[in-house]
Amino acid sequence: MSNELEFLSRRVASGKLSRRDFLGRAAALGIAAPFANALLSSAARAAGPVKGGTLKAGLVGGESTNSLDPALMMTQVPFALGKCWGEMIVELSPEGKLENRIAEDIGSSKDAKTWTLKIRDGVEFHNGKTVTAEDVAATLERHSDEKSKSGALGYMKGIDTIKASGKEVVLTLKEANADLPYLLSDYHLIVQPNGGKDKPDAGISAGPYVVKTNEPGVRHGGERFANYWQGDKMGHADQIEVIVINDATARTAALQGGQVNMINRVEPKIVDLIKRVPGVTIRNHAGPGHYVFIMHCNTAPFDNNDLRMALKLAIDREEMLNKVLRGYGSLGNDFPINASYPLFTEIEQRKYDPDKAKFHYKKSGHDGTVLLRTSDVAFPGAVDASQLFQQSAAKAGIKIELKREPGDGYWNEVWNKQPFCASYWGGRSTQDQMYSTAYLSTADWNDTRFKRPDFDKMVLAARAELDEAKRKQMYHDMAVMVRDEGGLILPMFNQFIDATGAKVDGWVDDPHQELMNGYALAKCWLQA
Amino acid sequence: MSSPILKLIAQRIALGILLLLAISVLIFAGTQILPGDVAQAILGQSATPESLANLREQLGLNDPAYIRYFHWLGGVLTGDLGTAMSSGQDIATSIKSRLWNTLFLAFWAAIVAIPLAITLGLIAVRYRNGWVDKLISGLALASTSFPEFFIGYVLVYFFAVKWQIFPGISTVYEGMPFGERMQAIALPATALTLVVLAHMMRMTRAAILNVMQSAYVETAELKGLSAFNVIRKHAFPNAIAPIINVVMLNLAYLIVGVVVVEVIFVYPGMGQYLVDHVTKRDVPVVQAVGLIFAAVYISLNIIADIAAIVANPRLRHPK
Repeated sequence: MSNELEFLSRRVASGKLSRRDFLGRAAALGIAAPFANALLSSAARAAGPVKGGTLKAGLVGGESTNSLDPALMMTQVPFALGKCWGEMIVELSPEGKLENRIAEDIGSSKDAKTWTLKIRDGVEFHNGKTVTAEDVAATLERHSDEKSKSGALGYMKGIDTIKASGKEVVLTLKEANADLPYLLSDYHLIVQPNGGKDKPDAGISAGPYVVKTNEPGVRHGGERFANYWQGDKMGHADQIEVIVINDATARTAALQGGQVNMINRVEPKIVDLIKRVPGVTIRNHAGPGHYVFIMHCNTAPFDNNDLRMALKLAIDREEMLNKVLRGYGSLGNDFPINASYPLFTEIEQRKYDPDKAKFHYKKSGHDGTVLLRTSDVAFPGAVDASQLFQQSAAKAGIKIELKREPGDGYWNEVWNKQPFCASYWGGRSTQDQMYSTAYLSTADWNDTRFKRPDFDKMVLAARAELDEAKRKQMYHDMAVMVRDEGGLILPMFNQFIDATGAKVDGWVDDPHQELMNGYALAKCWLQA
Repeated sequence: MSSPILKLIAQRIALGILLLLAISVLIFAGTQILPGDVAQAILGQSATPESLANLREQLGLNDPAYIRYFHWLGGVLTGDLGTAMSSGQDIATSIKSRLWNTLFLAFWAAIVAIPLAITLGLIAVRYRNGWVDKLISGLALASTSFPEFFIGYVLVYFFAVKWQIFPGISTVYEGMPFGERMQAIALPATALTLVVLAHMMRMTRAAILNVMQSAYVETAELKGLSAFNVIRKHAFPNAIAPIINVVMLNLAYLIVGVVVVEVIFVYPGMGQYLVDHVTKRDVPVVQAVGLIFAAVYISLNIIADIAAIVANPRLRHPK
């Protein structure tokens, strides 16, 4: 039986049998459709990518205010487009390993303070020039400039000097950092000719597609770059197109109507309906993004750890995951790290426990209500989640008062200002980045006001530790500390939910970001 | 044309310009009241105190509001709308193609909607209180009563998803062949037509019915003219002023009020452009778009006024 299936799937891959016929034959052989589909896509991958055609994506997250300047990229459309026209120094593979791109090799001194990037030969920019060490150095310099407004500035501040010599770029850091290569995989750090210092928004790099049309907030188009240095791995379609569709219903309709081949951000509540549409495949997978309620550890009444613990125990995570995310996510455990990070260690899952919550609440001595600020923009379903929290806490005798804040200005007026509110984090690529961004005493975005000198020391020590086993233990200890003493209530990690239409192949789930970490257009292909 | 009429027109235009100035002040004040400033909006969650200060200085946000207002007004009067704060693009250039798209869609929606509405109104009057009248009024009112996003989604569901006759997303771009462009705007234009139809149709019907009560219509009927000829030759010309008014009002709506339809059909017009920049607190763009919308509204109203005057002999030849 399996031989026959394999034979059939190869025939589909080579275009001799239709997908539908295959599924029919598979069903006749008693194979469930999901398994048959998986078999089919692995056969298609084995058969290799198909060149040609136009791959179109309909994406939310583009505005007419977007720019091609990589330093200013923030939303999904510039991000996904950047992965098509831009080439990175180094990238994370779907398995979380480092994948060298323009850097052929990255090495460090023993103290992890001096790093050497060896630049690959024969990589060409869209303007015909060869990528040099100077270009890479200039790129890093531009993003380290305080005036650049670069989204990567926070990490780049840790770099002391940047020097290009011959084929190498040498970086010295202010403090040791074993994670530097991961930081260099930040999506803002697209290598541009002379670092983009001459014209930051020229849209020229060494990626698989050359920007042909750029109408911010409307559509962007690219044509395959003939001299792309690894054309066998990326750039299969002749052309790519991104159409900005911010309305969720319009986006799904466009996929159903066949006007686009893939979309991002399918709403959890309609996933089950979309699944039934013939030809459409839902691509959901876990990522580091999480939905949270944050308490300021230095503001009354949240400066009392018993009250914080009471609230952590008074939230029904399972219910929230099922009702708000419809199961498209995973349980959170009050620290911001999950299995999508390297060096993750499992810690016992915290559960809803009204009795224990009651105990801690009494011990805290707090009386009266607790004010929770929430808004629809905090995360999709945040208002519903807050109401669920209110009800589950009421069962533990804790009165939560909800205040619904306007979405306009939520990130300026409420988040990181008010002592207790709903929020989200998109996650980072390493544990160090996540903890440095939001849990160091000195971090601008320490939105739980978790200011603990002992914790800061642990972050710095782990950052400089090159021994993986020791580092893993350190991260475990840090996680326990945030979980049991921090101001973070993390009920759930969300999933990326993308969808592809008929004929799209080559999809590989990538835990780092949606749309295969932005590479869906560059790495997928259309079946012949 | 006599000079009193020219004077009247000049008066209207002068009033319009004054009104525009007043509106520009209002728009400016409104954008100042919004919470947060443009620097914070641009940087969003990634704002740090240093980057905020840098950006504020760079954008000139530290000047007092009235200085920024006059600075901007001077620019507008010399044809310079400034550059968008958030993307650094020239506003006049980006608005040009957007405005053209909006006008294109509004034009074709109007080409269908106005004759259709007026014809339906005339037919309704001809068969007034009969089943034809009731059917026309009922359908038109129903299509107007549904919110435009609902009509949009229904159209998308049937024409784009189920039957796949027209595209569900109406992205148009420069250099797009005319035929494709028309196909792309088929659904949004239909949605808009359905939205504005009833208002114009009902107004036509009411205006003509009003005239139908008068003595000269009775005379015409007694002369033995057919019902349609009575309406066409005697009633319609006398009812034209209110009809022009409502047509202009709806034309203005087609240009300035189509944000929802633009979002649903992903049409790159002015509405979407405005919304994007409001959320970014991009004050120069919001002001420019607001001013253009106000100008469209005011000039269409002036045209309606003037047309009403010209169409009415009593106003044309005041005693």
